[in-house]
Amino acid sequence: MTAESTNTGLSLYKTDARTKRRNAAEKRFRIYGMLAVGFGVLALIVLLTSVLGTGAGSFRQTFLTMPVALDAAALDKKGNRDPAEMAKVTTIGYQKILEKALIAELTEQKLIPEGMSTKDIGGLISKEAPAQLRNKVLANPDLVGQTISFRALANGRIDGYFKGRVTMESAALDSNVSPAQLELVDKMRGANLLGLGFNWGFVFDPDASELRPEAAGLGVAILGSLYMMIIVLVLSLPLGVAASIYLEEFAPTNRWTDLIEVNIANLAAVPSIVFGILGLAVFINFANMPQSSPLVGGLVLTLMTLPTIIIATRAALKAVPPSIKDAALGVGASKTQTVFHHVLPLAMPGILTGTIIGLAQALGETAPLLLIGMVAFVRDYPGAPPEGFLDPASALPVQVYNFTQRADPAFIERASGAIIVLLVFLLTMNILAIILRRRFERRW
Amino acid sequence: MSLGILSLIVAVLAATGFFLGRRFALAKVAGDARRLHSLPGYYGQTVFLFSAVPAFLVLGLWLLIQPLVVENHVAGMITPADIPEGSSVSLVMSDVRRIAEGIERVVSEGRMTEAELAAHDDIRGELASAGVALGNDVRPAVVEAARSYRDMSATGSLAMSVLVLALALAGMAFALRRISPEFRARNVTETFVRYLLIAASTVAILTTIGIVLSLVFETVHFFRLYPASKFFFNTVWNPQFRGGSDLGIWPLLWGTMYVSVIALLVSVPVGIFAAIYLAEYASKKVRAVAKPLIEILAGIPTIVYGLFALITVGPILRDFFAQPLGLGSSSSSVMTAGLVMGIMLIPFVSSLSDDIINAVPQSLRDGSYGLGATQSETVKQVILPAALPGIVGAILLAASRAIGETMIVVLGAGAAAKMSLNPFDAMTTVTVKIVSQLTGDTEFASPETLVAFALGLTLFVFTLGLNILALYIVRKYREQYE
Repeated sequence: MTAESTNTGLSLYKTDARTKRRNAAEKRFRIYGMLAVGFGVLALIVLLTSVLGTGAGSFRQTFLTMPVALDAAALDKKGNRDPAEMAKVTTIGYQKILEKALIAELTEQKLIPEGMSTKDIGGLISKEAPAQLRNKVLANPDLVGQTISFRALANGRIDGYFKGRVTMESAALDSNVSPAQLELVDKMRGANLLGLGFNWGFVFDPDASELRPEAAGLGVAILGSLYMMIIVLVLSLPLGVAASIYLEEFAPTNRWTDLIEVNIANLAAVPSIVFGILGLAVFINFANMPQSSPLVGGLVLTLMTLPTIIIATRAALKAVPPSIKDAALGVGASKTQTVFHHVLPLAMPGILTGTIIGLAQALGETAPLLLIGMVAFVRDYPGAPPEGFLDPASALPVQVYNFTQRADPAFIERASGAIIVLLVFLLTMNILAIILRRRFERRW
Repeated sequence: MSLGILSLIVAVLAATGFFLGRRFALAKVAGDARRLHSLPGYYGQTVFLFSAVPAFLVLGLWLLIQPLVVENHVAGMITPADIPEGSSVSLVMSDVRRIAEGIERVVSEGRMTEAELAAHDDIRGELASAGVALGNDVRPAVVEAARSYRDMSATGSLAMSVLVLALALAGMAFALRRISPEFRARNVTETFVRYLLIAASTVAILTTIGIVLSLVFETVHFFRLYPASKFFFNTVWNPQFRGGSDLGIWPLLWGTMYVSVIALLVSVPVGIFAAIYLAEYASKKVRAVAKPLIEILAGIPTIVYGLFALITVGPILRDFFAQPLGLGSSSSSVMTAGLVMGIMLIPFVSSLSDDIINAVPQSLRDGSYGLGATQSETVKQVILPAALPGIVGAILLAASRAIGETMIVVLGAGAAAKMSLNPFDAMTTVTVKIVSQLTGDTEFASPETLVAFALGLTLFVFTLGLNILALYIVRKYREQYE
């Protein structure tokens, strides 16, 4: 070869245009990939911060703390402290007492602005506070006649002012709150009469009416979700494990087995709302079970979770090495003994992990529960199981939906707060699943 | 006898049966277990199974069937003359149930005996004081029906308790009598257990049958009230409370498709590129962090995405895109729902694709690199074609998720049924209308409610078709690497 024939301008050290183009394409491709991953992660972060940011406020609530004189003449006319007779005093009576106490406290601190009506001052207190005071007094009639320090819920708009949802400008346009009230609130805050405190009521109290967002809580929803999870666990774990054992260990390969397998694969992909229609048609209309009861919800969610559990259980059973089965059969165990004494215990961690993940899915499911009547407004806690399974209840995700359907923007904060509670439960369950897997997973 | 106590008694009986069976078997051979065919525990297990399983089976069946029989009988007692103007049999029946419940409460509080209550002229007031409020005046025939409803239910429960207990005892006696040293207790137990396992595995089939039957049955009912041709070919959706509704499916299908297409336009490129990057480029550390983070997206409940659409994405799209561009002023829109649903679907596309890309053997990559291809050329020309069937399957599964998704569209897409091209318009989907028609206050037997079942059937057929197609593609075109 001569020098000229190799000297065509191509060099290993100098990249030509085509190589540059190819390298640029390579770089672009890689950047697209990074962007895609970045988009996914960013979406997760934005999603979580937006929901957590809006919802965090619902765990803190504005309270008025003041001494309340429980006037015996108004609350217990006969003076015999009989709760049955005291129950005749309605919340209106207690509202007057709270109003009086607030005005007395404000007069003492010389905070009352010129010309503000009693009604406007009383309007700072939530409509729910008298009911809470009443319950407190009825539970302990000896309080009557004493002066107690009472932490009263502030009105939702006042709470909104503390959290930045309500401003002087918006108050001027709002018929429910006036700028004068907000100025008073500012002064009261200075005097430590009014402030934010941790809101246990949000987690434990039942839902409240549309006009009292400050009092709305998740108690009934959490209890309802808990009841449904109990039903799902009790039904779907044995059923799912039994079905998987049959399909994985005993079933002959024939059309019937094929049919079952195709069925399970399809059920796993059927939209959840279709299960709601099934629940409505079969459990409520055909079998006449009570609407919005945790029993019906639990049954529907069981049917939905079953495919997930079956798929996980079969994978766990499959992962047990055949040598263990062969050894058991070799020393004379029957097929059933082999499965129940050796394969199943070894597969248990995998099965439990799958079950917890299935339960977590069921806990977050909303659509089917809407159809079986769980949207109803429920204020009473369901009774103790098993009878309580038939009482109307709500569920956490459905409660979120309910909050979003109400007009007052304060409920958006409540909805996000409910989601935080839901996510905390889901996170706990998933961490439990991961720990189970880490601790007990065995590799052969 | 309450259900809980009854179940408890049967369980205790069965447990006693276990110990009795064991003891019995050992007694037959004077304590020498070697002379028994099976281990002593198996004799106990046969007794346990024979006393518990049939009893619980009958209990379950009875609980299902009794209300049906009672309802049927009582509904027969109500003549058309007893049904007030503007009411229906089902409304009167719910009155009957509530009156029966009220009588139960009044009697159990000990305020009156049943006979007194029946003779009482103001039964409505009496029931109201027991916490059962009745709407209109109660006709005597309805009270009569309620009483016989209550009587039949009570007799039924008593008969059920007796039958179940008798069955448990009979099963126990039968199994105990069979015990002898030669009795093949292990084989009997194992066969019994195997039948139980088979029964459990048929639950999946029963569920499918239940879904199909309930959908088809009510859809046929709907088409009797509303012509099928109008449902399938009318382009107007306008339900009315007083009848005369237009219930054409097209606006809903259009909304569903529009939202799904936008969702797929977001999730498919992002999902596939993310899968390629994670499988081919990312270092182990990045992969260990990014992959679980993206998969968290799949574990977040859809109601959370719905709320995200409602409070964050919707207002942002409206304020920064729709209003400046003059395309509308609604925060719920096809775009909002589609975008958020797209985010939800990213992990569905990416994790399936990731698995499939990882399954392409290394030798194919090495061959490509050996010929001088860059990494991206290898991905585009070797790996993607090899993984294509699996990726298409993943996309179809994501599409079926998108069509069946409910909460995101309920909160993000709006409720107006219209066919428009503007992505910032509020439109509605099949699932939204299923929810709104079935959670409303309309009467159950009206076409406005029953249409939800026809919509459900449409949805079921669509998603089933997509799933089967996905499975078929994956199976048929899967490359088998050795």
